[in-house]
Amino acid sequence: MYVVVSLAILITMVLALVRALRGPTVYDRVLAVNMFGTKTVLLLSVIAFLFGRPDFLDLALAYALINLVGVLAVLEFIQTKPQKMDAADHD
Amino acid sequence: MIILFGLFLLSLLVITALAIVRTENLFVAVMLTSIFSLLMAANFFVLDAADVALTEAAVGAGITTVIFLSALALTAESEKTVQTGKRMALVVVAVLATLIIYATFDKPRLGDPEAPVHQHLAPWYLENTPVYMDFPNVVTAILGSFRGYDTLGEVFVVFAACIGVLFILGVKPPEGRIYDPHASGLRHHLIPQVVGRLLIPFVVLFGLYVQFHGEYGPGGGFQAGALIASGVILYALLEGEAAALRALPQPVLMGLVIGGACLYGAVGLLCMLLGGNFLEYSVLSSNTVSGQQLGILLIEAGVGMAVCGALLSIFHAFAARPRRL
Amino acid sequence: MIDTAVDILSWMLLFLGGAFVIIGGLGALRLPNFYTRLHAASLTETMATILIFAGMILQAGLSLAALKLAAIMLFLLLTAPTASYALANAALQSGMRPEARNRDETL
Repeated sequence: MYVVVSLAILITMVLALVRALRGPTVYDRVLAVNMFGTKTVLLLSVIAFLFGRPDFLDLALAYALINLVGVLAVLEFIQTKPQKMDAADHD
Repeated sequence: MIILFGLFLLSLLVITALAIVRTENLFVAVMLTSIFSLLMAANFFVLDAADVALTEAAVGAGITTVIFLSALALTAESEKTVQTGKRMALVVVAVLATLIIYATFDKPRLGDPEAPVHQHLAPWYLENTPVYMDFPNVVTAILGSFRGYDTLGEVFVVFAACIGVLFILGVKPPEGRIYDPHASGLRHHLIPQVVGRLLIPFVVLFGLYVQFHGEYGPGGGFQAGALIASGVILYALLEGEAAALRALPQPVLMGLVIGGACLYGAVGLLCMLLGGNFLEYSVLSSNTVSGQQLGILLIEAGVGMAVCGALLSIFHAFAARPRRL
Repeated sequence: MIDTAVDILSWMLLFLGGAFVIIGGLGALRLPNFYTRLHAASLTETMATILIFAGMILQAGLSLAALKLAAIMLFLLLTAPTASYALANAALQSGMRPEARNRDETL
């Protein structure tokens, strides 16, 4: 059962990566990175359970806390430079 | 099973790396680098290397993204195109890649128990960690005690990196530039402030947990330093960089970096004064096993202090510069 | 008897959680507008998290692993919607408007 769930999470990570590569605006890419981060936390928890090593859950906990710092830093960066972001929209 | 996960994650890694190289907009490249780092952390995790995965997640996906973005705020948005030498570069890369791939045909299979790397030293470490040190995490035992000199070198490399960045960027911004010390993009948004303030003590507490549990589970000084630095960076993002400098001023950060590196060296010298060799922790206490544990605890504390101070100094060095408007 | 009931319940929860993750991922890829994609992505962060972690906590029983799973679930539920809110706010502040059918439905 855990294998099915981890495959589902891996497929969603592929979809998030496609969105990060395609996304026309910069906010689409930040959305994709945020989604990728939370999927990584889920994947690490499920695989830790799958391998029977519950002491590896510390990694998922650390990453759940760090994901917020990364996304808030990106948003702070976007906000203080509003006019320069138009260049990122056409890539 | 590991093969299936590994195949998926490695193909995603190749796609992300190709996208990073091909894009011209550096902001997109930074976002994709963050995804790359997460994929590497998941890859390390699938290969059962939990300490490395924790370090990669804490340093690569969190702090490196913040520092890249701060550096991007000081420079241009898109890459300068290089006109000359493209064909030569392609030929050189193709030849080298073919040579490296040819060289990997002779490698033993992944996880082969007959491989040379599993024959000589690794069984000795696995057998003797319970004898000498009596705690479960062999990685911390190797890092802290069996290969203590290497870790001493690593701490001094972190120290040198911090000093290098501070030489280039300086600590105070030059006079006469547009610099608003109370600027914070997130100050007026209520929800991130409330949630962030709720989370900062937990992040720091979890960092301390990882520091002191390095001997029993994945963890240690490097990961703990990165986590505590992330907590302080979260505070700096929410309240403004000046508030974070008031909480942990620059002399304290310098003291942490220098103190951490010196603590490691001091433990080594103390062992010499007590009659053993440099970094031979067995002489620190009457019982050799508890001497080893005490020694590893002290040096991990030194490593954590040095890494935390260095990452925060580098962050403040970037964030204190005035932005290119 | 109780063990098989708990097993079946946790398998159903995990399966539903996996289904929600894929649905949210498909939505984030195929929906037309940024705000609609954000809505789909936040589905994976909240609903799928609750279902998958509830399934795993039922399997773990009463142990340290269940406590750590509950802590991860709590932090994920607290931080991921905050990040989505901050992202939506940043997009709105920079001028991106949600598309509307009629003119008088715009913000």
